[in-house]
Amino acid sequence: MNKTQLVFRHEFLTTLKRKGFIIMTFIVPLIALLAIGAYQVISGTVKPSEEITNIGYVDNLGGFDQYTSQGLIRLVPFSSPDEANKGLDSKDIKEYFVISSDYINTGLINFYTLEKQLSPPPATLAAIKNFLSSNLLTGKVPQTTIDLVEAPLYLITTRITETGAVSPEQGGYGNLIIPGIFSLLLVLSITFSSSYLIQGMGDEKENRLIEVLLSSVSVRQLIIGKVLGLGAAGLVQVVVWVISAPLLLGLASSSIGGFLRTLQIPPSFLVLCIVYFILGYLLFAMISTAIGAISPSAREGQQLATIFTLGAISPLWFSSLIMLFPNSPAWVVLTIFPITAPVVLMLRLGSTDVAAWQIAVSILVLLLSVTGGLLMTARIVRTYLLMYGKRPGLGEIVRNLRNG
Amino acid sequence: MNAVEVNHVVKSYADKVAVDDLSFSVDQGEIFGLIGPNGAGKTTTIRMMMDIIKPDLGEIAILGKKLDETTKNSLGYLPEERGLYKNLRVMDSIVYLASLKGMNPSITVEKASRLLAQMDMLTSQRKKIEELSKGMGQIIQFIVTIIHDPQLIILDEPFSGLDPVNTELIKKILIDLKNQGKAIILSLHQMNQVEELSDRILMVNKGKAVLYGNLAEIKSRYRNNAVLLGYEGELGEVPGVAEKREHKGYVELVLDNKTTPHQLLERLVSRGIAINRFEIATPPLNEIFLKVAGDDHE
Repeated sequence: MNKTQLVFRHEFLTTLKRKGFIIMTFIVPLIALLAIGAYQVISGTVKPSEEITNIGYVDNLGGFDQYTSQGLIRLVPFSSPDEANKGLDSKDIKEYFVISSDYINTGLINFYTLEKQLSPPPATLAAIKNFLSSNLLTGKVPQTTIDLVEAPLYLITTRITETGAVSPEQGGYGNLIIPGIFSLLLVLSITFSSSYLIQGMGDEKENRLIEVLLSSVSVRQLIIGKVLGLGAAGLVQVVVWVISAPLLLGLASSSIGGFLRTLQIPPSFLVLCIVYFILGYLLFAMISTAIGAISPSAREGQQLATIFTLGAISPLWFSSLIMLFPNSPAWVVLTIFPITAPVVLMLRLGSTDVAAWQIAVSILVLLLSVTGGLLMTARIVRTYLLMYGKRPGLGEIVRNLRNG
Repeated sequence: MNAVEVNHVVKSYADKVAVDDLSFSVDQGEIFGLIGPNGAGKTTTIRMMMDIIKPDLGEIAILGKKLDETTKNSLGYLPEERGLYKNLRVMDSIVYLASLKGMNPSITVEKASRLLAQMDMLTSQRKKIEELSKGMGQIIQFIVTIIHDPQLIILDEPFSGLDPVNTELIKKILIDLKNQGKAIILSLHQMNQVEELSDRILMVNKGKAVLYGNLAEIKSRYRNNAVLLGYEGELGEVPGVAEKREHKGYVELVLDNKTTPHQLLERLVSRGIAINRFEIATPPLNEIFLKVAGDDHE
């Protein structure tokens, strides 16, 4: 076994035996299990409301007297606003609206409510809209047309190939799930592994073991062994979570479990997810190791690392925008920028076909960053692991890297 | 082949020159004392030898070649700043660190058990490092340093924090290792221990070599033509003695420039003085250092 493998084995096994690691590995599914249990207890006792809501209306135009039952909303006619106000006062109705006499020309509806609101709730708006359009059309078109006006679109999208055949890889929400899960796992993996790396480096620096290690192995062997060992431990953690996820989802809802079973993952898609997962992890592991080396204590290292992990996590904040406009130039740039590349690309892959050149450039940039990161981290470790005390400034680090 | 060959090595940090044009060699089968006050450049020199930091200028050869990964397996290094994995058990720590030197785990366990027994620490083998005292931790590190049978052993302040019993035990092991042909570099600032163990020394001050060579030769070079004399009866005035310093149980006689210790001995015998100790006085290393460092300062 070569020395990198020995460091790898030691880091992997030591991390697996850490109390914090064991607790974290099992606490996430456990919390999920408790949350599901709590949800089921609560949902068992609290049924969704099926109460009918009364909304009043005053018809100054005339002719709006049908279709007063709209799902859980019942529309109650009043002869005048004063009558409607009385109904409001006696709580017979929740709110009311007035159809103006020139409604046909203006479409004007005045809505009155006791509640402070920006706009009526969507369900109320939909009920009023359907009530108005149905009454306007009644007697003029068949009932089926009225139904179609209410719900004019029942959309089924089928992706086809250039020859017109049905594509084996279909779009849709299902495809967003897998990249979503992968990007979330990557972010979790980065956060935890980076924390272990910084902790490990900090410990070896604080307990002065680093010199003994460097008298036996090279800086590069130490870094690669550590990064891969901790990465493998992080992967074990992720695998435990992934295995527990379907069981938990099955427990949570059979419909969600069924939905997941219908998902199809194209192999090329899975390969890309794995490639980005590994490259992304390696890049952040290098950054974390360098931070661990320059930080006087593990705690200070964690704070500094947050800046970079936030960079990785930030695309998740814009995930809905990425999914809606996956080919925007902004996302293309972030697909190539190594810090954001893994998460942005995974999210884009779910909603569009990312151009091959973008993937190629992005992987190349990531590979170069990982290699450059390794070389730079080796220098930083060599320079700073033997310096105890104050954290160096950025200018000093750059100067030392140039000299060193 | 020399165990260590250091040629014109220079290492500077931002605000000072830590090692300034240092050259020396260490032979196999000798204990070599690397001495000097704190901050003299000893640890920097050792770190460069171990390839932990790179020299700005100069060449270093370890066991006949530039240090590489295979040569590292023939080195044992006990750094000044020391520590072990606090949560790891004693035997696990030794096995892991020895494995990085190419040792087979089962052989390591067997050898470690023997060394632990020799140090009277066999019962601690399953304890975690954090449960050990500082001195015990240091013994474990010493075991880690020598367990893989290295050809070159570098010990930076090996006795600091050790009690007298363990200090003696480690000294004995070091002499045994030297007799087996190992090269041992002892970096110490306590010069009396260097005198006791070293065959040759390099004394550094402010990054520069101020004394280098065989310890006995150096001491004889710096001796001040004095004799330590233990006797019975009345000494009286002795011709050729410029100064007489009384010590408990003996007297130090500083001779004038014309008299040799041999002539003095003849005169004492001819006067019928009962002599129970006659020793040519050599100054302690500490005194030599103060003299050399003082000259250097001037």
